[in-house]
Amino acid sequence: MAKKGHDDHGQGLGRREVLECMVWAGTGVLWAVSGGIPHSVGLIGEAAAAEPTGFTFLQMSDSHIGFDKKANPDALGTLREAIAKVKAMPIKPSFIIHTGDITHLSKPEEFDNADKVYGETGVKIHYVPGEHDMIDEGQGKAYLERYGKGSKGAGWYSYDDHGVHFIGLVNVVDLKAGGLGNLGAEQLAWLEADLKGKSNSTPIVVFAHIPLQVIYKEWGWGTDDGAQALTLLKRFGSVTVLNGHIHQLAQKVEGNMTFHTALSTAFPQPAPGSAPSPGPMVVPADKLRTVLGLSTVTVVQGNKPLAIVDKTLAG
Amino acid sequence: MQYLNSHLRSAAARFTPSRALVVAMILGPVVGAMLAFGTVAAQDANVVTIDNFTFSPKELTVAAGTTIKWVNHDDIPHTVVNADKVFRSKALDTDDAFSYTFASAGTFDYFCGLHPHMVGKVIVK
Repeated sequence: MAKKGHDDHGQGLGRREVLECMVWAGTGVLWAVSGGIPHSVGLIGEAAAAEPTGFTFLQMSDSHIGFDKKANPDALGTLREAIAKVKAMPIKPSFIIHTGDITHLSKPEEFDNADKVYGETGVKIHYVPGEHDMIDEGQGKAYLERYGKGSKGAGWYSYDDHGVHFIGLVNVVDLKAGGLGNLGAEQLAWLEADLKGKSNSTPIVVFAHIPLQVIYKEWGWGTDDGAQALTLLKRFGSVTVLNGHIHQLAQKVEGNMTFHTALSTAFPQPAPGSAPSPGPMVVPADKLRTVLGLSTVTVVQGNKPLAIVDKTLAG
Repeated sequence: MQYLNSHLRSAAARFTPSRALVVAMILGPVVGAMLAFGTVAAQDANVVTIDNFTFSPKELTVAAGTTIKWVNHDDIPHTVVNADKVFRSKALDTDDAFSYTFASAGTFDYFCGLHPHMVGKVIVK
């Protein structure tokens, strides 16, 4: 998959090719927005070498700072390795989108350690919380105090950059028994109002922790009211949905919508249904870095498809 | 156990009352020990373990006044949350436990607040 993405990169990745890539793979993603449409440009090193004409941003996810179990005794160490790769990129990304689970247990020292390492990049980081970031005594108070400035409700917000409208959603709070991820009526109403007045040609990037589409219901990998959010986004010509939570790559294209989930920098999780539970997957120590990573997205002005480049820590 | 009971019943039916008394005196300590063992077993039965994102046993019936303990054996934190907000644990890291004493009768559905597909039930009689 990673190899194929690389090969495709040189010729430009078309919708058909992206569709053919609907498989699980392990790497990191660099996004490029081209013609207002984000597209994958290959693995991070190669993408950087491609010198995209648009602007790039990174997606990083599931750093789980504080995790120290068998699947990765040093989640802070592997985050440092990932950040070292970011710092070494010849073209600095405009910003980083973090799709949640910054910490493992929402402890102050875990947030502190994460902030210190992410801060080394010197670029703005746009966060949305994962469920692991909302389990302090105050049920999210710690996260919101640090990252919630200017956000609404449990931490959702939007912003514009290079003509692209970015929307950060929160689907990890107020979860219902037996259910999946949850956006809630208040957030959906906010989203509808946020999109009002935006022209259909505005490229949209939506990011949230749990996949908005249902990837595997039995493990809770989806959002109960995610379809309602996607319905609101249907009229737009380019919609890119970035998620984390499942610690593995999943890409899918449906009409004008592209779905992508990122690798974790902490530990991998099994493919849907391939293990008794979605818990941390233990892989041989020398293989760990092949299943951790980050993604680069390049946004190129012009009528080109979205470019996402996944990069593992081993590459 | 079922076999033992039926065996004792058929044996007792063949005994005269005096013989039955003697048998009861002999069996007394044995039955006492069995009752004591039953109490220990009942205490173990009031523990719900969390393994592989699953509450086990998924459904538990206890008497009012019983304390139930949840223990998380996963490498991922879980919580124990009653939908009606009667009880809610903090995040349970690996091997952390949460206990709650059910004072009165009722049916208490609960789930993991982080992974809500994980559900369980306590019935208090």
